[in-house]
Amino acid sequence: MLTSYPILSTLIWLPIIGGLLVLFAGRNNDTVAKWLSLIVAGLTFILSIPLWANFNYGTAEMQFVEQIPWIPMFNVQYYLGVDGLSMPLVLLTTFTQVLVIASAWECIKERIEQYMGAFLIMGGIMVGVFTALDSILFYVFWEALLIPMFIVIGKWGGPRRVYATMKFFLYTFFGSVFMLVSFLYMYWQSGSFSILDFHELPLGMTAQILIFLAFLIAFAVKIPMFPVHTWLPDAHVEAPTAGSVVLAAIMLKMGGYGFVRFSLPITPDASMQLDWLVIALSLIAIVYIGIVALVQSDMKKLVAYSSISHMGFVTLGMFLVYDIVASHGTMEGAQLGMEGAMVQMISHGFISGAMFLAIGVLYDRMHTREISAYSGVVNKMPWFVMFAVLFAMANVGLPGTSGFVGEFMVILSSFKANVWYGTLAALTLIIGAAYTLWMVKRVFFGPVTNENVEGLQDLNKREFAIMATLAIAVVALGVFPAPLMEVMHTSVENLLVQATTTKL
Amino acid sequence: MNFVIPSFAPAIPEITLLILASLILVADTFWSKRFQNATYYATQASLLVAGYLVLSSFSVEQVFTFNDSFVRDSFADVLKLFTVAISLGIFLFAREYLAQHRFMSGEFFVLGLFGVLGMFVMISANNFITMYLGLEIMSLAMYAMIALRKYDGVAVEAGMKYFVLGALATGMLLYGFSMIYGATGTITFPEMKAVIASGKADGIVLAFGVVFVVIGLAFKMGAVPFHMWMPDVYHGSPTAVTLYLGTAPKLAGFAMVYRLLYEAMPGLVGDWQQLIIIISILSMVIGSIVAIAQDNLKRMLAYSGIGHVGFLLLGVIAATDDGFSAAMFFIIVYAITGVAGFGMITALSRTGFEFDRVSDFKGLNAKNPWLALMMLIVMFSMAGIPPFVGFWAKIVVIEEVVKAGFTWIAVIAVITAVISAFYYLRVVKSMYFDKSEIQGPVEIISPALHWGVSFVAILLLALGLLPGSLIDLCYLSI
Repeated sequence: MLTSYPILSTLIWLPIIGGLLVLFAGRNNDTVAKWLSLIVAGLTFILSIPLWANFNYGTAEMQFVEQIPWIPMFNVQYYLGVDGLSMPLVLLTTFTQVLVIASAWECIKERIEQYMGAFLIMGGIMVGVFTALDSILFYVFWEALLIPMFIVIGKWGGPRRVYATMKFFLYTFFGSVFMLVSFLYMYWQSGSFSILDFHELPLGMTAQILIFLAFLIAFAVKIPMFPVHTWLPDAHVEAPTAGSVVLAAIMLKMGGYGFVRFSLPITPDASMQLDWLVIALSLIAIVYIGIVALVQSDMKKLVAYSSISHMGFVTLGMFLVYDIVASHGTMEGAQLGMEGAMVQMISHGFISGAMFLAIGVLYDRMHTREISAYSGVVNKMPWFVMFAVLFAMANVGLPGTSGFVGEFMVILSSFKANVWYGTLAALTLIIGAAYTLWMVKRVFFGPVTNENVEGLQDLNKREFAIMATLAIAVVALGVFPAPLMEVMHTSVENLLVQATTTKL
Repeated sequence: MNFVIPSFAPAIPEITLLILASLILVADTFWSKRFQNATYYATQASLLVAGYLVLSSFSVEQVFTFNDSFVRDSFADVLKLFTVAISLGIFLFAREYLAQHRFMSGEFFVLGLFGVLGMFVMISANNFITMYLGLEIMSLAMYAMIALRKYDGVAVEAGMKYFVLGALATGMLLYGFSMIYGATGTITFPEMKAVIASGKADGIVLAFGVVFVVIGLAFKMGAVPFHMWMPDVYHGSPTAVTLYLGTAPKLAGFAMVYRLLYEAMPGLVGDWQQLIIIISILSMVIGSIVAIAQDNLKRMLAYSGIGHVGFLLLGVIAATDDGFSAAMFFIIVYAITGVAGFGMITALSRTGFEFDRVSDFKGLNAKNPWLALMMLIVMFSMAGIPPFVGFWAKIVVIEEVVKAGFTWIAVIAVITAVISAFYYLRVVKSMYFDKSEIQGPVEIISPALHWGVSFVAILLLALGLLPGSLIDLCYLSI
């Protein structure tokens, strides 16, 4: 084991310090800013690979743990560690960072050092969110992330960026403060801020329900769930490409991660009591938001709604466990649903990232995201369309792509819980296909009717490399998801035990 | 009749400050224009001397003197040290402002120094008389400072307002003092505590006394519903004076709350806790909502200050050692943040131009990214967003109020924190997303000011990353 060097701290602080460095070294020198950022992001990704290579699959214990007292008076610790639930998300973050930095290469012209620096800092903070085992440390990272994102959307975004960024900040800040109060309440009960101690903490039913609701507000806003999702389409539409990618690929996952790290293990009884609420909201998201996506005329908005719909699968898969245990008395199907939810998170990270990058490629050339402004792009950009169609297919859930694996597992497991859940969830295959393929048809195929489309250039080498990397990831996860599931397996089992063991 | 000479040792810093301030006052009238900075340097030197004297006598034990009217303990020492540190910053920032606005006068510094003396006395007060004495020394200095620019009608009006309302508050406080004295027969805090605990005092008179004392305190602290003077006074005063009003006296104000409510009347917690809960919630709600409508940054910061007082009182509601320690940490952080915030306005103001509207900050990032970053830190710290120290300040007081069993108040507090985030964000929005309305570059001319502002802002980040020692200090000193 590589325990001698603090790998998690490195993954957090290397990009943050690198980001600050870019902020100063890159002022007035874009080349330095770009290359320095790429080097830092690349190095962070390379340094994150040992996490996987040295990961112990056989245990649900936290690994690569680092623990130092931070504020002894309150027993707040700088406490980091990963298990099978968080490790893949850390890798997803470091991986996405490289692509995000590369994607901004030419399209950002104004204050590029601030842009790159903000993304590097965000990368470090996001790793912090996924690895923090002290709730206050978690909260610090969780909130700190808002600051660079606020700036990125507000500064480099579209015409209504200020409205969108304020809405984004206030919604997510509003959601999370209740989580903070819950942490303080649990600290008062247990004398510790450690998340693992919270898992053990016995809580009465009333307390559990209140804490569950506080968590639900925080994570529902973040993931986001119906009806608090409205900030997401605004934020996406106005955000620059890289901002959208980080939002969709990683920030939304923080909400899902919150459910498995906090809600299910800390408030199992309240989760059992209120699982219908989450399931209902998830199904509404899957079906209703899917239909909303159908009528969008802006590509980014369409993909944003599609994200909300897909994240509905994540929450659905997570909260099926109680119905399955109730009706079958076995955890088997529940395991499938939970792992499906986790796979869906990773896969959605790749796919949504890829979709937003693809839209970004078009936007850089045409400066519009209106579907109606495009037609017959395939004639001018065959390479691009090849990738874009692959990502669209993955978004639909075509077997052989990563989108299929997670959705299939969740649908299967939801049939086990309740036929109606399964039927409603499976509807998404139709709705998803409808909105995605219809967009593909209108944008990529058909005759070229517009002279702007006539002048389109196909992908350059940099864009090709980004697209190809994501394509490989999407296909690899689609045909061979086993390694990912192996990583999660023990931790998911452990989580299910925690989620079904009563604390009363 | 035998007269015992009291021990002067515990009050050495105050005595020294008094002597030095008087000397500077006299000397200032003789220093000609050629030495116009002499008063400033003398003032800063006096503060350093006072700080050194406090530090050199630092010990954890309590020492009483002057017939138990004066106390020197670690609580007092810590607050005095921060008062000195913050005043040093205030005078540093104020000097450039005064020079720019052409009313460079020694009075500002001399009055400021007397104000610091008043704060010291308040912090160390152990009976009603000393408390009153300290409060009046401080307040009188501030009334005069606000109206210092005597041709400026707005400032004079602000001074007038502050004087009238301040006198009213003092009256309330004195009325409360007299009732409590009547009921307990003592003016010294520890004795008062004992008498109240013995249950021999008349409960009704005490309760009335407490109400008046709390009203007086709320007036002085600027808590709702006795806050009306604050926005006008903050706005009307020259920014250098606002910087002074909005920071250091808060520490003394907190000391007053601590000494009166917790050291003298812990037995009446049932009476004052209810009042403080109402005042605290009202302050947080009104402070955060009304601030949204302000375009003037000084006014906005005044309402933000009202909201912050509400937060401070959360620690007071807990009515425990830990609660007051949390409140102490909160108020120290608030004072530091205030120096950074008002300091930024002071530093950016020019001759004939107060850089104090939110719209003045438009496009600051494009013109001066460093200053914009510093202001961003200040604003996010005030909003209580990690990793800046303002977050820890809010979290410790909320934690104490949760611990005291008032989780619902904590929920109200965090909701008001979200509301107030809106107007801090608006400043960041102006700096980063809007186009500047000001011609030419925006910069701080004096390097001392530039680094001073930067130092305080970076301190907010550094304390946010490593808040442990300051929190420990506050918890160990009560």
